[in-house]
Amino acid sequence: MSRNDVLVTADWVQENLGTPGIVFVEVDEDTSAYDGGHIEGAVKLDWKQDLQDPLRRDYLDKTAFEALLSAKGIGNDDTVVLYGGNNNWFAAYAYWYFKIYGHRDVKLMDGGRKKWELDGRPLSKDTVDRPATQYQASEPDLSIRAFRDEVVAAIGSKNLVDVRSPDEFSGKILAPAHLPQEQSQRAGHVPTAINIPWSKAANEDGTFKSDEQLAALYGEQGFDDSLETIAYCRIGERSSHTWFVLSELLGKKNVKNYDGSWVEYGSLVGVPIEK
Amino acid sequence: MCGAPKQGGSLAGIDLSTQTVIQGAVWHDGAPVAGAYVRLLDSTDEFTAEVVTSPEGEFRFFAAPGAWKVRSLAAVGKGERVLDAEVGLNETTIVID
Repeated sequence: MSRNDVLVTADWVQENLGTPGIVFVEVDEDTSAYDGGHIEGAVKLDWKQDLQDPLRRDYLDKTAFEALLSAKGIGNDDTVVLYGGNNNWFAAYAYWYFKIYGHRDVKLMDGGRKKWELDGRPLSKDTVDRPATQYQASEPDLSIRAFRDEVVAAIGSKNLVDVRSPDEFSGKILAPAHLPQEQSQRAGHVPTAINIPWSKAANEDGTFKSDEQLAALYGEQGFDDSLETIAYCRIGERSSHTWFVLSELLGKKNVKNYDGSWVEYGSLVGVPIEK
Repeated sequence: MCGAPKQGGSLAGIDLSTQTVIQGAVWHDGAPVAGAYVRLLDSTDEFTAEVVTSPEGEFRFFAAPGAWKVRSLAAVGKGERVLDAEVGLNETTIVID
């Protein structure tokens, strides 16, 4: 696995618009961006409406995921290229999710929607309809997903990477600062976690930093290559961004994303917290 | 959730006795800039949040009291402002030269 296998540039996307066998997918929480103009031919996945179980706090089960991808016209053999707003947070989450269900060829567009817009590239408002498929998902690959008990057990024994902003890590604020700060969770972080904000892995235009810069970043911040790793944030999408960097760009082994993240951990009774 | 909500609009429902709201607009060449990316940086210049401005060029953050920087990135250029926020409403304008 290397950068070229998992990441494509905006130029590559523009050259491959309309190419059979490649499906572009915009992933956002607020899909009004897609509705106002999207990459030509791209289908939309709504992080909340499409990718979350409507009742339990969990992602879709295998059957529901198969139904979703079939309805969107995504086939097992298609190359799926994901992009989105928020510096690709939700696209990275979808990338991790497609990997959970065993999709063979999935990539991110470097820089996501922001880079595309800042470059002044064309957006389309055309409705996109793809013929339905019969998508077959694999059983979920839980080797890349961490659950709460594993996180508690990892205190002092694994790399726990808290990718939130320093002020969330310290407990000064409870959510990214574009959201109101009234939450029910306790503030702080998992003891022994190191704070390496997701944003340190990205340039201002949303593209990922070079492999050399990324390798230096985690080394400098105390990341121990001999240990297994769990990344977390608040709801698991920014930590998907870091999971992508560690696992897919840097090729580190045994990296899991804790999608329960601080919303779950900060609500658990009796677990240790540091501030 | 983490996606940035629509920017601008009413402050109804926001408790300004507890929230530290930093809001304003991005301007360039005498007009508001829609679709600009505005990020909030903490006192160490680390990223805290990013939103996209409304059709009226507006942005809004929910922060905490202290020193902050707001920086705008748009196709027309960049601009930034430093401010000291307090609990309640803190308004600022970013001008892109």
